[in-house]
Amino acid sequence: MALENPNTVSPKDRDDAPWQHDKKKGELEHIGKPIRKVDARSKVSGLTQFADDLTMPRMLHMKLLRSTMAHAELAHIDTSKAAALPGVKGILTGKDMPTPFGILPVSQDEHALCPDHVRFVGDPIVAIAATEEETAWDACRLVEVDYRELRTIGSIQEAAANDEPRLHDYGVRGNVHRLENLEFGDLEDGFKRADHIREDTFWFEGNTHLPMEQHASLAHFDKDGKLTIWSSTQTPHYLHRALARVLHPLPANRIRVIATPNGGGFGGKSDPFNHEICAAKMSMLTGRPVKVALTREEVFWCHRGRHPVLMRSKIGVSKTGRITALDFHSFLDGGAYGSYGTASTFYTGALQTVTYAVENYHFRGARFFTNKAPCGPKRGHGTVQPRFAMEVQLDKVACDLNIDPAKLRLDNLAPRESVTANYLRIGSMGLAACIEKVVEGSGWNERRGKKEVTKEGRIRGLGIACSSYLSGAGLPIYWNGMPHSGVQLQLDRSGLCTVFCGSTDIGQGSDSVLGWIVGEVLGINPLDIKVVTADTDLTPVDLGSYSSRVTVMTGNAAMQAAERARDIVAKGVAKKLEIPAVRVVFAEGRVFDAEDPDTGMTFQEAVGVAEAQVGTIGTVGSYTPPKSAAKFRGGGVGPSPSYSYSATVVEVEVDPETGIYSVPKVWMAHDIGRALNAAVAMGQIEGSIYMGLGEAMMEEMAYRDRSHKGKRVFLHKIPSMLEYKSPSALEMPDCVTYVVEEPDKNGPFGAKEVGQGPLLPIMPAVANAVFDAVGVRVDENPISFEKVFAAIQAKNEGKDPRYGPAGDETGIPDVNFGESLKIKTPWQGGDGTAWNEPKRTKKAKK
Amino acid sequence: MLRLPPFTYHTPKNAVDAVRIAKEYGREAMYVAGGTDLYPNMKRRHQTPAQVISLRDVPELHSMEVLEDGRLQIGAMVTLTTLEFYPHLKAHYAGFAHAVREISTPLLRNMGTIGGNLLLDTRCSYYDQSHEWRESIDFCMKSKADAICWVAPGSPRCWAVQSSDSVPIICAMEAEIELAGVDGMRTIKGDDLYQDDGIQYLTKKPEELLTKITLPAPGNWKASYLKLRRRDTYDFPVLGVGACLWFAADGTIEKANVRLGGAGSYAMPATKTEELLVGKKLTDELIAEAGAAAMKPARTMDNTDLDVYWRKKVAPIYVARALKACR
Repeated sequence: MALENPNTVSPKDRDDAPWQHDKKKGELEHIGKPIRKVDARSKVSGLTQFADDLTMPRMLHMKLLRSTMAHAELAHIDTSKAAALPGVKGILTGKDMPTPFGILPVSQDEHALCPDHVRFVGDPIVAIAATEEETAWDACRLVEVDYRELRTIGSIQEAAANDEPRLHDYGVRGNVHRLENLEFGDLEDGFKRADHIREDTFWFEGNTHLPMEQHASLAHFDKDGKLTIWSSTQTPHYLHRALARVLHPLPANRIRVIATPNGGGFGGKSDPFNHEICAAKMSMLTGRPVKVALTREEVFWCHRGRHPVLMRSKIGVSKTGRITALDFHSFLDGGAYGSYGTASTFYTGALQTVTYAVENYHFRGARFFTNKAPCGPKRGHGTVQPRFAMEVQLDKVACDLNIDPAKLRLDNLAPRESVTANYLRIGSMGLAACIEKVVEGSGWNERRGKKEVTKEGRIRGLGIACSSYLSGAGLPIYWNGMPHSGVQLQLDRSGLCTVFCGSTDIGQGSDSVLGWIVGEVLGINPLDIKVVTADTDLTPVDLGSYSSRVTVMTGNAAMQAAERARDIVAKGVAKKLEIPAVRVVFAEGRVFDAEDPDTGMTFQEAVGVAEAQVGTIGTVGSYTPPKSAAKFRGGGVGPSPSYSYSATVVEVEVDPETGIYSVPKVWMAHDIGRALNAAVAMGQIEGSIYMGLGEAMMEEMAYRDRSHKGKRVFLHKIPSMLEYKSPSALEMPDCVTYVVEEPDKNGPFGAKEVGQGPLLPIMPAVANAVFDAVGVRVDENPISFEKVFAAIQAKNEGKDPRYGPAGDETGIPDVNFGESLKIKTPWQGGDGTAWNEPKRTKKAKK
Repeated sequence: MLRLPPFTYHTPKNAVDAVRIAKEYGREAMYVAGGTDLYPNMKRRHQTPAQVISLRDVPELHSMEVLEDGRLQIGAMVTLTTLEFYPHLKAHYAGFAHAVREISTPLLRNMGTIGGNLLLDTRCSYYDQSHEWRESIDFCMKSKADAICWVAPGSPRCWAVQSSDSVPIICAMEAEIELAGVDGMRTIKGDDLYQDDGIQYLTKKPEELLTKITLPAPGNWKASYLKLRRRDTYDFPVLGVGACLWFAADGTIEKANVRLGGAGSYAMPATKTEELLVGKKLTDELIAEAGAAAMKPARTMDNTDLDVYWRKKVAPIYVARALKACR
């Protein structure tokens, strides 16, 4: 996890920075307009080159042989028969790449190929390159692997109960990877003052990203000793670091990572992967370009998707529904490796306080290692599961107190420009406007609770839920004092403006964002701007396309670079026109005198004028987020420059006989701060609705767990596009989308995130809508037909009308979280430190 | 997904040649119609025929005609899309037309044929997986003779599931199937083409070629098909109820056929349901009673999508709804 960065600028310096919004909304020329993405036509005409489209002369094809055992030691690997197969040009095993790697500095627990221990079915053991892909596959079948089977750890409960065998020799103990225990305020007092307390248990099954594009890479180690890798990655910078680490002594400055356009990422291409490192090493071994293209099944093995999380939530509220205390436990099934899991664990406790004011808050989180494909960040990273729990629980509270669930939420809203119990600094906050939009649009007040029956005999219900998400993590994943995003700008006499940035377009439109912002500042058509991104040789570092950070961070960096360029050109033009530089205006492709708009020149001429005066024009911009208010250990996960807000109303139609339901309509309002391009933003919102419905209705990383004659088989049940069920176009409902704008001072032109937040409220809203329709609670996600049916049956039999995990010791593992870190809330006079935390060494300061 | 394994591609111009080639190569040969089932299976190495016999150029398999006695004869190579949009089918065989439209997606119906769909391989979530996945469970008996059946490890047989949407209703309608073999043609009832085994799910000889399907003439009967699946497209049925009822002039049911697809290795008759229906009128009470009697024969196993117990419990509801559609 990331440590605190002492070099971040103070909030005051940021507020005074000259490159914060210097244009009012009404003056904007390009921002807010539905102009097309810079890469749109290539994408829709099939001309975009994805990683698997690349080819080179003499290129080899590589396949990975993966473990067929869920948990085993590798006694012996014999590759001699494979090596003898004609066409095979290179073979790698674990001993060729002994250095471990991992996305977070605290969990360097992966190997490019497992040297001696395999931890899930799909863990790679051998890499083989051959002249044909089929030959490489055939050669893999000839490798003999001698496994020594170890006991499989298949669930949170198994991991908590069995310290041995350990999956890893680090972590808290046994198979417990992380334990966190943070207490803000006075819980005892909060519950004492509550008029109503309820406890609920929830289960959120894991699911995966399912990007259309399967991961692929092409690596080429050239004769000059330089390595280039083209890869479908969201984070070329982190891949660059992992390659430099594992391929040592090859220096980082000889490694070039180019992120190809991603055919969908959603967090699934944010880790450095085995196949990328193996392709690089294989090219160094064979001296030929090496291509690897994963199968769909292998994409399921890469996973890094949603953690399965068991949650226990105890909430105390006043008579009017104000939250006085929240005691939240989460238990995460991390799968076989660390990945982003440390951050994921903290995220299950971080953002509950950002939507609703929670007066006193206690969070305990535990992450376990199991013999499954590793979990990591998927759209909404770690905040999705607790959001499901919280929004369903609030619906139950509203029901208990007989308060309208929409009103209960409005009454509890966290204030704008405030600091939460866990020291997250909220800026702009448009959740009230979002709730009002969806309540009005859906006819919530008139239609809720009416149980209308359709002509097919299905019962209608409406459910509401809200959420919040961060606009980029406030801290980098490895400790450093450098900017999170850098942009370089080049202007030349042809009138061309080129933007260089390390950010990666994963389909969300980040390349276009750079064009729009620079175009706005320089008054030129964004489609005339050349955008060069995601190439570690050419572009300044950007940390990557994850945590919804790109618009805010690269946007601010691009704005700074563009304003610096504008200043240079303005000075040149001012001199030529003999007017003060402050009177020079950039708009409509011209540079002119504000007081006499006819006096001026084209942008191209203006650049020439300035170039003649000052020489070649190039500027840079960079961005570092504001310093966090949290100073306790663990406070590094959750802070962000700003938070987006979403509210949704979902309509369902439930067949009470079978539990089968459909979602005919969704209303979604999202506070984006400022929409740089509302059309593209709405695409993100509707994409989130789609992905959220998949999670709510059907998607799950289910595992086959069977034993036969002492052998346990434990592997992904359905790793295919046909059987891992994800919604088709037929399941996609009508969407009514509202873009709410509450500009935030930390965003370029006030913008906040939109890529992830609108996914979060869908799942709880579906659960709440099912309750509205048929009066049963499904406290598990996915809310599949079978579960709705089981809850309806329980109701018909006079039992608890609920489907969900048991709240007693049969459902909740016995975990000792130890003593909590105790932090006074801001309203108790706290300063963001834990009063019982042992003094931290100052070593990190160096 | 891997590419196709190498094979020799034959394009016979008539049924006799096709059968001859199939007989000549024996186990090495397989017919291909639309290829939507066979080719993906070959890519996963479920089947690796060295000789693939295409039926595309056999003209008699593409015909479709209403016979003099009113029966409808459909060539095995007629695509599902052609059937779906054939006005005569919609007008006189609405239940069957509905079943055809429920098959997979428009793209696959453009390629897939009625003959291919009737012969669709049985499916199982331990079998319909990549080669690598099956390596991890050391295969199952449908892939490898000496392996176990993972659905029921103590069982001597394979429990792969009948997953075609056309089969239950074809059997319920008592459609006739024409087969061409080395000794000439023979015609059998739909039911007689199938048997209760996940591996040997067909009764026909390997070289026998399904040439035509003959639907009964429109008359005093009505058929329906109701499909249970998670999504309303793509998915194979996890339950497919094919029902066909013959009515007397006063509405009394003279004969009833109810077949359950997706619930066993063949389209199983719901015998108890059928017995309850015959001699009575199709009242709401009878529908409920006859539906409830279908719970027992629905032999759901944990080898398809969706929960096994739920599928069994909703089977009576689906049977009742299918019967209602025969009104």
